[in-house]
Amino acid sequence: MKVKNFLLPQFKDKFENFLFIVPAVAIFSVFYIYPFFDIFRLSLHEWNGISPYREFVGLANFKELMQDKVWWDSIRNAGFITLVALTFQNALALALALACDREIRLKRFYRVVFFIPPVLSEIVVGLIWQWILYAGKQNGEYIGLLNYFLYKSGLPHLVNNWLSNPDTVLACIAIVHSWKGFGWGFIMLLAGLQTIDRQLYEAAKVDGAGSWNIFRNVTMPMMLPVIVVVMILTILGSMQVFVLILSMVGQGLVYHTEVPVTRILLSMTGTNQFGYACAQGVVFGMLLVAVSFALKKLSNKMKQES
Amino acid sequence: MAFNMHSYQITGVIKSIVIHAFCMAVALTCLFPLFWIVRSALMTNETIFIDKSLIPADLHFDNFQIAWTAGNFGMYFFNSVFYTVSVVLGIVVVSSLAAYAFSRLNFPGKNFFFYIFVAAMMIPLPGAFVPLYSLMVKLGLVNTRIGYILCMINVGLSLSILLLKTFFDKMPQDLENAARIDGCSKLGIWWHVALPLAQPAIAVIVIFNSLNVWNEYILAMLLLNEKTLMPLQRGLMVFQGSHSVDYPFLMAGLTIAAAPIIIIYLFMQKHIIKAYQPELW
Repeated sequence: MKVKNFLLPQFKDKFENFLFIVPAVAIFSVFYIYPFFDIFRLSLHEWNGISPYREFVGLANFKELMQDKVWWDSIRNAGFITLVALTFQNALALALALACDREIRLKRFYRVVFFIPPVLSEIVVGLIWQWILYAGKQNGEYIGLLNYFLYKSGLPHLVNNWLSNPDTVLACIAIVHSWKGFGWGFIMLLAGLQTIDRQLYEAAKVDGAGSWNIFRNVTMPMMLPVIVVVMILTILGSMQVFVLILSMVGQGLVYHTEVPVTRILLSMTGTNQFGYACAQGVVFGMLLVAVSFALKKLSNKMKQES
Repeated sequence: MAFNMHSYQITGVIKSIVIHAFCMAVALTCLFPLFWIVRSALMTNETIFIDKSLIPADLHFDNFQIAWTAGNFGMYFFNSVFYTVSVVLGIVVVSSLAAYAFSRLNFPGKNFFFYIFVAAMMIPLPGAFVPLYSLMVKLGLVNTRIGYILCMINVGLSLSILLLKTFFDKMPQDLENAARIDGCSKLGIWWHVALPLAQPAIAVIVIFNSLNVWNEYILAMLLLNEKTLMPLQRGLMVFQGSHSVDYPFLMAGLTIAAAPIIIIYLFMQKHIIKAYQPELW
């Protein structure tokens, strides 16, 4: 009797506390944790998504995936977009951040304007640029603004079917993707630059260091953690690009604009191979985890060395 | 000496001209496409392909009205507003309850549950929408508003819990203790004391998740196939995918989808930019 009186209020208290996280845990279990484990289970099955019967096939889906040329092409395409984002987009972001990390006029204006593309949706961005890159002609005039501009400024040889030419479509997507993303990198990097103590720059100047030396030996080491975060997030975001492609070219140029997410969606809704789609998702997810993990390790090592 | 000062100033001026020219050029590429869309939205089906003047002679403002009604963009717009408001409200309530418990209350398995939420943020699982979709079919939640709302609440949950818990951890507990002594219940303290004090963190969560829901596409594509349920992003793709696209109305639709975000962004740019500068480092 005594024990009960002693334990009961405490148990009731703990139980009450637990109730606070019940809504979050419930939603999370159903819509995240269950699918998380289900994707591994389904990847070992052959299933059309509807039938109550699913056949266990072991690792067959993964074996098939290893030999799926289009799948690896899609990873290469996403890799190309990611490479452009890592170099062009991040270099632009860093250059602009360095330019705005000083007392210049219009600094606030630039900051506000550069962050407009990141707040727009990929659909809006894709459709805007599709309209500007439009290739057709009407009454002898180019419809799309870019071709019109090239033609009128005496560069007719540069006029191109930007989004239906297999040679240019992926580059166009990568550049538009970078256009949408550089403002985000700019904001992150600028925040990092502003945490650097100004006295370090002054000290380096007194020691006679030039701008390049200061950048190399003061700015870069201090910025390394920020740059690594930006790089990891750039890789994760760019490898999973899909909506932008859909809104720029639709299902138009099959194979030239395939990325992993379009492949997964096609396996799922196109050919009803849910098991195969899950195997693709698992392999792609592990690839992303491995890459960001390796990058994190590398940066830790660089930090220790410097 | 005087000469040196002078040349130093000249290089300074040249430097600042180069910097401004560079920044201005980039700023122009950000702004001009938006202007071009609004301009194209004011033209007719005949002139839109030919006329390239910056400001066309006759402007058809009624295009917006037609896109809003006949193009269904009004309906899509209200769907987007409805989804955004419901999801963000849901996330704020659910995540602040959980974050408050993780920060202030004791119960068995506390760390375990918290680390699960954190781990979920670290592991990207791009194909998770496949099993999620078949689950939604099983539960009969495809083509329902509540299904889409619950999925989107889940998407924003982890980050919101983490942000709020970090904020609660730093918050002084004096007021909460005072409220407890005054006989306030735990739920009462959460509502009357913790939530009002957490306003800056909640603002960040509202900003993040509003943008995320308003701009979301993949789940809307998989889960919502009835026009009456579609948000703007989905509606834009449906409109664009129809056989004969009326470009002025598509441009009007794009304007309708982008304008609220840009207007809200311009009013709240300080907070929004701050929200995207997490102190991860």
